[in-house]
Amino acid sequence: MATTPQQPAVDLREPASWRRTKNQIMTVLMVLAMLLILVPLVFVLYTVISKGAGIISGQFLTASIPPNVLPASIGGMGPAVVGTLEITGLATLMAVPLGVLGAIYLNEYGKNNLLSRFIGFFADVMTGVPSIVMGLFIFSIWTLHFGFNGVGGAFALACLMLPVVIRSSQQMLSLVPDPLREASYALGSTRSRVTLTVVLPTAIGGIVSGALLAVARAAGETAPLLFTILTVTTTNTDVFNGANTALPAQIFANASSPYTGAQARAWGAALTLIVIAFILLVVARFITARFTKVGR
Amino acid sequence: MEPTPEPNVVAERQARAAARPQDTRPQDGAESYGSGTTIFDANGISIYYGSFRAVTDVKLSIYENEITAFIGPSGCGKTTVLRSLNRMNDLVVGARVEGDVRYRGTPLYGKDVSPIAVRRKIGMVFQKPNPFPKSIYDNIAYGPRINGIRNKKRLDEIVEKSLIQAALWDEVKHRLKASALGLSGGQAQRLCIARTLAVEPDVVLMDEPCSALDPIATSAIEDLMKEIKSQYTIVIVTHNMQQATRVSDRTAFFSVLRNEESDTRTGVLVEYGQTQQIFEDPHDPRTQAYVTGRMG
Repeated sequence: MATTPQQPAVDLREPASWRRTKNQIMTVLMVLAMLLILVPLVFVLYTVISKGAGIISGQFLTASIPPNVLPASIGGMGPAVVGTLEITGLATLMAVPLGVLGAIYLNEYGKNNLLSRFIGFFADVMTGVPSIVMGLFIFSIWTLHFGFNGVGGAFALACLMLPVVIRSSQQMLSLVPDPLREASYALGSTRSRVTLTVVLPTAIGGIVSGALLAVARAAGETAPLLFTILTVTTTNTDVFNGANTALPAQIFANASSPYTGAQARAWGAALTLIVIAFILLVVARFITARFTKVGR
Repeated sequence: MEPTPEPNVVAERQARAAARPQDTRPQDGAESYGSGTTIFDANGISIYYGSFRAVTDVKLSIYENEITAFIGPSGCGKTTVLRSLNRMNDLVVGARVEGDVRYRGTPLYGKDVSPIAVRRKIGMVFQKPNPFPKSIYDNIAYGPRINGIRNKKRLDEIVEKSLIQAALWDEVKHRLKASALGLSGGQAQRLCIARTLAVEPDVVLMDEPCSALDPIATSAIEDLMKEIKSQYTIVIVTHNMQQATRVSDRTAFFSVLRNEESDTRTGVLVEYGQTQQIFEDPHDPRTQAYVTGRMG
């Protein structure tokens, strides 16, 4: 085909308009917003690491909590580390299975019936309950009758985690494509088998990472623990008896003390808590990435 | 190429052949296909989604070891009718079937009929290939496993046999443990067919199985259908009229009936007969308009 030189030129340039300028303004605004978010994050991390890193040692992570007047070189946060691990662990055992089962009911069984809408609504309401109110609630129904102990703290944390686990798991389940369910039904599966062999394996990565994020969140809660476990200075491995302690509660108690040794221990505890949350986050990311690769 | 059926299946088929009633099919063409046993008998079924009547008063019989094609314009209810044959519509909230549809003489929507049992006998292949996010092997073994087959050797045999039947064995035999999601569209659809065949259903329903495939993959699946029809009864919904003429023994033409007064529409069965007759000598002017491309 020969080119025809007589053809009028076609103008393919961008018509004069605000579009480009608006685009540039928005890009700048977005970069600014990102920096704005990074400022507090970097600042917090920098402060906690610079003030807390020096005190972290094997002794700090295991030794008993000394009286506030003693310098930072003596004692550590062992009881709080143990307390945080056992109370959050117990709360996870309570909230995650219950939450995942609840999400399965909401998404696979209840669909849009009255009960599931009711449960969904109250899960949302529960998300909005302040953590200190949740602590008061457990205090009145548990601590007043059985005294301060780790189980009470775990109940309070589990109540905080439950709605988060339900909603995040439900979201993951709803992402499982219906054609997969249909394929399984068409082979003669019962609903429970469809759920167990197709829906859950497909969604498991997202469910686990959602649950771990809820755990990391709960590990940092202070208010509900103050009512339910008190704070002690020696390690209590029995979650069912006696007062206990946890990192957030110790940060609160030590940081408000006038002694520099106690304040240093508070920074150390803060760093330990951040590291625990960070590890959970990395594990969550890893699990999501791994299962998504195989799954999709 | 043709694998030997299982001994118990052979016995079952022989028993069925012995118990076969006289061929009652309307012999409007010269040729006769299959065994003449009626598999499905729909006697005036109407299917509703909530208050919307998707299909009205469908009467047709589907015969053993034949390929029956449903054709018609979009929205005429052919997929709806197909999905009512193995009770997949039960999964749609608000769907219900009125009227009598029998499978080998038993009312499909009878009081004691379990949809699970129905679907184990009447399998389904969907429009879009929907392999599970599992290995190729586990996809095929899924159905036998839910039927309680755990023996590794037995499962190996079933997987090999089904993949050979679906003409996929040579392409995947070296990577049975690889994810089924790595297969191409045509391979994935043949995998889905193999997965359906692995539970040794009596009937295979196919809902536009080739609409997402290229002509080569389509022809592979059509060859496969002709190959397996000696052992199965196949009902296929297709938008492709050439496909219906190529593979099917009988064709049902559905169309949309509009009611101008109440401004509603519903699907109706216009004409049903041997494929050759439907395409070469249609009795109904609407069928003629559709098959000659003047409508729809």
